[in-house]
Parts: sequence; structure tokens; C-alpha cells
Amino acid sequence: MASTETTDPTAKDPVRDSGIAGVEAGLDALETTATAGTSFRQTFVNKILPPIVAIAVVLVVWQALITFKIVDDPAKLPSPSDVGNEFKDAWLEGKLLEYIWTSVSRGLLGFLLALAIGTPLGLLVARVKFVRAAIGPILSGLQSLPSVAWVPPAVIWLGLNNSMMYAVILLGAVPSIANGLVSGIDQVPPLFLRAGRTMGATGLKGAWHIVLPASLPGYLGGLKQGWAFSWRSLMAAEIIASSPDLGVGLGALLENGRNASSMAMVFEAIVLILFVGIAIDLLIFSPLERRVLRGRGLLVKG
Amino acid sequence: MATTLAKAADGTESVEYAARIEHVSKSFAGPAGQQLVLDDITLDVAPGEFVTLLGASGCGKSTLLNLVAGLDAPTAGHIGTDGRPALMFQEHALFPWLTAGKNIELALKLGGVPKNDRHDRAEELLELVRLKGSYGKRVHELSGGMRQRVALARALAQDARLLLMDEPFAALDAITRDVLHDELTRIWAETGLSVLFVTHNVREAVRLAQRVVLLSSRPGRIAREWTVGIPQPRRIEDAPVAELSLEITEVLRGEIRRHGQH
Repeated sequence: MASTETTDPTAKDPVRDSGIAGVEAGLDALETTATAGTSFRQTFVNKILPPIVAIAVVLVVWQALITFKIVDDPAKLPSPSDVGNEFKDAWLEGKLLEYIWTSVSRGLLGFLLALAIGTPLGLLVARVKFVRAAIGPILSGLQSLPSVAWVPPAVIWLGLNNSMMYAVILLGAVPSIANGLVSGIDQVPPLFLRAGRTMGATGLKGAWHIVLPASLPGYLGGLKQGWAFSWRSLMAAEIIASSPDLGVGLGALLENGRNASSMAMVFEAIVLILFVGIAIDLLIFSPLERRVLRGRGLLVKG
Repeated sequence: MATTLAKAADGTESVEYAARIEHVSKSFAGPAGQQLVLDDITLDVAPGEFVTLLGASGCGKSTLLNLVAGLDAPTAGHIGTDGRPALMFQEHALFPWLTAGKNIELALKLGGVPKNDRHDRAEELLELVRLKGSYGKRVHELSGGMRQRVALARALAQDARLLLMDEPFAALDAITRDVLHDELTRIWAETGLSVLFVTHNVREAVRLAQRVVLLSSRPGRIAREWTVGIPQPRRIEDAPVAELSLEITEVLRGEIRRHGQH
């Protein structure tokens, strides 16, 4: 190449330069793969059909136990149709939705309170060394304490009322939410923090633009677990502390069934508790989590 | 191309630099007491100059870059830069929760660019790195070469006068790397930026730079400097590039050999 020519770096060799853009476009096209969306048929076969089959199998086995008189005592195992009738009666009396709403409204309100307390608490534990050393281990330890253990002291302190329910929910869910945020923040890659710092994102700006969004997947995991803990704590509280003033939630329904020796009612309550827990997870937390993970390329389709 | 005019007031001697590294030393606490990593480094990067820092492992070239970036403080000596420099890493360091365009906009936002101008400016920068139409792409949807180009666009968005690059192409395949060399040379020429580029690849250093600075290892000292007079655009296969690379490689090997002798 002619080294006698200009040394001006802006001088362009037309033959060479025209090639680069084309090569680059080719490389870009070669190295990016288009992801095709899945059809409804595929979704149905892969995601919806299997749980329906599983439920059907359970019902068939259940009915078989009754039909072939393997279990012969309706007080121990009611038939699926008995439980179905229990649902029908509750629906016709207009009480079914009331049972569900009593518990769900409590559960969600308690969860929101836990969110409002757990988030700043998690931030403090993650960012302030002293706080972390002081209450970090307790917070992790509380996660393994069954929240039903809080019911007796809560009843003694607060009495048989709604505040006692919320107290039990908070003690169950706050540690999960806080711990989720702490582990989310701990897992933020240091490279992101360095990149942020060179861009001027330090202090509060760094927390807002880098640390919080980077820790979102861990935080969402904590929220999901927090909801599961809220719901479990609430059921424990409702079963143990039933009182006419509190209205009939799902836990109280279960307890009423036991008192009336109505196994069908007990089954009804258990199915409803399970159903609500799964429904909230499927309707709120799973889509949220999937969206965040997919946006970051952390979810492999399969 | 604004630069700091340290003594412009008296009109006699104006000192212009994009980065000035004066007698800088850095030591870290190691298992055997204080370990000297950088020893008395003095180096200026002139406005608009492209300098590569070349060295084997353990020469502290990345440490030096961190010091210039202000991510760490020198143990001794002084570093001055013309404004806050932008820094590009070997890993793209793009934020996966933002699209390519939004990554660039975040840098603009943190740099104080008004909200209404950010989108257009981000599109402009994407066009500059030949990624027009990739504004809405997620990081994981981009190839390695495209990610580094977005990272370059994000660094350019900081509107810094000095761009620090820490082996930014080391993890790319050879074909992509060649293309990115061409792009970097073009963008450097178009923007008038000063670049301090760290690499352990001799040919890459010669391909890109106006000046190659060789660091010795443990501790890092400036061993030698070459001014590269080969006109741009160069190619890594060009005979003059290969020739100078050979010469530098010999000196570099000599430096490395010294460590095997004791």
C-alpha cells in the first residue's frame, strides 16, 4: 500500500471502505437467529393438556376407590360428586365467592403490606453493612420458622381480629421478600456497577438505574415466595383463630367442616385453598417473572 | 475539539492533553506484602491521538486504564484527564433489562442530555456504528460483534473526549474483529476522539494506533514506544503492519524472557 500518500486518517480508500458495511451486514445477519412464536396448538399440547390429564387421572382413581369399595367410609373419603354438590350448594347460596373473597382480600392486602415493609428492609440489609451483620442472619432464620408458630402470640397480643391475621402474614412474608431482594442485589454483576460508575451512575442514581433493575429477577423470586408464605400463614391463622366476627374464609371453612364432621366440606376447602394459591401464582407472579426473564434472554423456550 | 488549556491564560505555553499520567505507581496488598503493579508510569495522550498500551499478562495495563477511568486511585503520582473519560470493557457490559437504544439513552440521560433529544441522538449513534434499525433489539438478540458496537455507541453517548478501551475485541472471532478495527478507525477519524486502547495483541496494536506503548511486566514500566507512520486505513495483513509487529514482538518476547531467568 502506498505509504507515500497522505497520512490523514480521514482519507478513505473507496475500494476498501465500500466492502466493510456489506461484510458487517452479512455478519450481523449470520449471527442473529430469528425466534419464531409458538402456535396455540403447540401451547395447548405442551402446556395445557398435561395438567388436565393429571387432574382427570386423579378423579378417575378417586372415583375407582369409591366404586370398587376399596374405601367404604364416606366420613373418611367422600365421592367426587359429594364434593361437587358441596361446591354447587355453596355457589347456589351465594357463599362460594364470599369464602374466597374473604381470604383472598386478606391475603393480598397482607401481601401488599409485606411488600411495603420488606422492600426497604431488604435494601437496608443489602446496602448497610451494620444492618446486615445485625439482622441478616435473623432474617434468613425467620424464613425457616413455620409461620403458624406466630399465631398463638399474635392472638394473645392482638386478640381474635383482622390485625392478628395481618400480623401473622407479615411475619411470614416480610423475611421472604427482604431476602429475595438481598440475594438479588448480591448477584448484581460487578461489571454493571463499574459500567454504571463510568457513566456517572453513583449513589442514589446508581441504585435507581443499575442496582434495582439488575436485581429484579431475584426480587421477583422473593415476591413469589413471599406470596406463598402469605397465603400459608393466613390459612394457618384462619384455621386456628376462627371467630364469628371474622367472617368465613377458606381456613375457617376447613375448620367448620372438621367440626361438622363433613369430609366433603373439608375437601371443598382444601381444593379452594389450593386453587387460589395456584391461580394467583399463574395469573400474577408467573407472567411477571416470565416477562422479566424473557426480556433479558434468561428464559430458554422449551 | 475542546481540550483543557492549563496555561492558556498567560498565552505562552498552552498544555493540551486528553490524558496526562505523571509518575504514577500502584501497589496492591498481596500475600507477600505490598505488591508493586505499576512503577513510575509517565504518559501523555494528545487530543485526537490513538495510543495503544501493549503488554503481556501481569503488566498492569488494565490497572492503569482503571486509574485513568477514575475507578481506582494511584498509590503515587498524578493523573489528569480532559473531562470524565468513557470506558469500554472486554465484555460488552450492556444492561440486559434495556434495549440497545435504551442502553444508549441511559448514558445520554446520565450525561445530562435533555429528554426530547435523547431518542434522536441514540438513533444517530446507532447509525454511526452501522446498527440502524436495532434500537428496539434486546441485548441477547444481538451477536457478539453487534453488542460491542452498541457498547461503543453507548461509550460515545457519554460525549467524552477520551475513550478508554480495555481489550474490547479480545473475545470476538477474527473476521468480526477485523471489521470492528475498520469501524473503530473510521469512527475515531470522524469524531476526533482520543483513544487509549489496551491490548495484548501486537498486530492489533499496530493496526490501530498512531503510537504503541509497550509495558514490561511485574512491575509494569514503560519499556519502549513506537510511532506508527503507516497511513490509515490499514489492514492487519499489510506488509508494513506485519513488519513493525515482528519488531515489537521481538522486544516483547525479550521482556517476557527476563522473567524466566530468575
